[in-house]
Amino acid sequence: MTSRPTLHTSLHNRVALLMALAVAVAAMALPFLGFAPNRLLSGRPVSLWAAVQGLDGVAALIPGLVLLATPFLRQTRIWLGLTIAAGGLFAAGLAWLAGAHAATLAQGASAAARTSFASGFWVMAAAGLLTAVDAARRLGLGAVGRMTAGGAVAGLVALQLASGHLDALSILKEYANRREVFADAVLRHATLVAAALVPTLLVGVPLGIAAHRVQAVGRAVFPLLNVVQTVPSIALFGLLMAPLAALGAMLPGSGISGVGPLPAVIALTLYSLLPIVRNTAVGLDGVPAPVREAARGMGLTPRQIFLRVDLPLALPVFLSGLRITVVQAVGLAAVAALIGAGGLGAIMFQGLFANALDLVLLGAVPVILLAVAADALLSIGIAAATHRVGVLPGRSAP
Amino acid sequence: MTGTGMAPREFLTDRLMLGLVALVALVLGMPSLKPLFATLFPRLDRPLYEAESFVRLTLDHMALVGLSSLAAILLGGSAGIAVTRPWGREFRGLLETVATMGQTFPPVAVLALAVPVMGFGPEPALIALTLYALLPVVENMVAGLDGVPAPVLDAAHGLGMGSAEILFRVELPLAAPVILAGVRTAVIINVGTAAIASTVGAKTLGLPIIVGLNGSNQAYVIQGALIVAALAVVIDAGFDRLAGWLTRWSQR
Repeated sequence: MTSRPTLHTSLHNRVALLMALAVAVAAMALPFLGFAPNRLLSGRPVSLWAAVQGLDGVAALIPGLVLLATPFLRQTRIWLGLTIAAGGLFAAGLAWLAGAHAATLAQGASAAARTSFASGFWVMAAAGLLTAVDAARRLGLGAVGRMTAGGAVAGLVALQLASGHLDALSILKEYANRREVFADAVLRHATLVAAALVPTLLVGVPLGIAAHRVQAVGRAVFPLLNVVQTVPSIALFGLLMAPLAALGAMLPGSGISGVGPLPAVIALTLYSLLPIVRNTAVGLDGVPAPVREAARGMGLTPRQIFLRVDLPLALPVFLSGLRITVVQAVGLAAVAALIGAGGLGAIMFQGLFANALDLVLLGAVPVILLAVAADALLSIGIAAATHRVGVLPGRSAP
Repeated sequence: MTGTGMAPREFLTDRLMLGLVALVALVLGMPSLKPLFATLFPRLDRPLYEAESFVRLTLDHMALVGLSSLAAILLGGSAGIAVTRPWGREFRGLLETVATMGQTFPPVAVLALAVPVMGFGPEPALIALTLYALLPVVENMVAGLDGVPAPVLDAAHGLGMGSAEILFRVELPLAAPVILAGVRTAVIINVGTAAIASTVGAKTLGLPIIVGLNGSNQAYVIQGALIVAALAVVIDAGFDRLAGWLTRWSQR
């Protein structure tokens, strides 16, 4: 029991220890990259050590030493700050190493050769980022601080992307082959989400206000929207096809069709309504009656009370509904590619149907990034709106 | 509370029973609807999906959802319990952050990413569904255990109960409604994602839809979509019923 008391007393961060172990095991035992002569053959593994070349390669791994040391050092504010930086730099450094080694491998190989990230890269990068996330939490970093740190890491990777340092990696070769298709797909994806938001807000906000004022409206609307939310997206897309196709056949020249963006936008709208209607109603329900009465006492008209009291106080809850809606719609728009709506899902499914795995990555990774970016942006909006509300007397920020 | 309880419960009874009847009728009776689809879509050579029976697809679909949900409940439940014990508390913040952040990842993208890692077939679908289902389960497990009032735990300690006894006889029963809500979210998402899993080589109710979309056979699409929609509605109604029972049971 007491054979190693020193280890026990010098262990200060068990989360970082677990992550450091993951990094160590992945560095020793897992392939860092996979190298294949062309995209049909399966790759041969390349270890992390084989990928490290020269002094700059070694330098890229220095943040890893901080990560290995963190578990055993006192968790002072300075050290936690250093850990956050090290976690982010380690992940960005791994990407840099991968790009550099891919370029080296490409020199002696044919143009069809492919170098892709392998499991070791993903495990180490994830462990580094999670150590940073945990350190940020221990440090008590607020939303803005976390966004800044996350943005800095994203910036480091974006810099490598922009400078062409990562161009020899397979996912970017795939991107180079379809630069225009990709740009169109991102634009199309964002347009689908935005196009669904317009009818959602036009219908959802008044419906939410009505549900707040008249209970019967809520009782009628919410069970219906809940059922819609339950129906799997692929089924709703499928069920909208036939009626729309029939409608299009009846109205030739109207442009209505069972496939393409129209059924996608209709389905996305149906899914998006629930969080908007619900959070509009819940947000308004949460406005304290005394605040409204005070406003009435001050001589404000009902219209002024709604605009100056109800709306700002309900805004944070409404915005969290908007966040759920947008994040959900980004994912659903990817599924909509199956009914020919285009977008990033089209690239993803094209890759899945053609067994082209880099193409799958090129579609799926940006979908995740879009969802995370939308989530982060709206989180900042929610924090700002909550902050404003928190200033009001008699109401503390949730 | 008791006055308004009756009407919704009757509505739920109807929804579950009607849904169940509709689901069974659709799964078993789809072949006999062949003439109907032939009339609706006269230009189709094959108006009924017959490559696999709908019974088989439904069972496979439910097996995929059931297995992944079960794995997620076991893994996510254990993790949620671990981080709410004194010895695991250090990991709680990280686990909650991962659960929250992970849920912003669209399920379909997680499913697609499983393929480069694991190849095609039911296995990557199972792994992706399990991973995704973990997140709401963990989140609600932690929230539910957290919501158990401290005085109740003190009283249990005072009665001389051991920590395992407190967990199983006090904490988990009290947290059950919240835990169930997480499981429900996970299962409903998985029913939908399992349908899309037909694109990565799992044979589920999404298969007729995908085959129909790729081959411009609208009848296939409708057949698959109707059954998978009915399945989702029935499972959701079942959870509604379960939640009602659980709430009444825990309020006793």
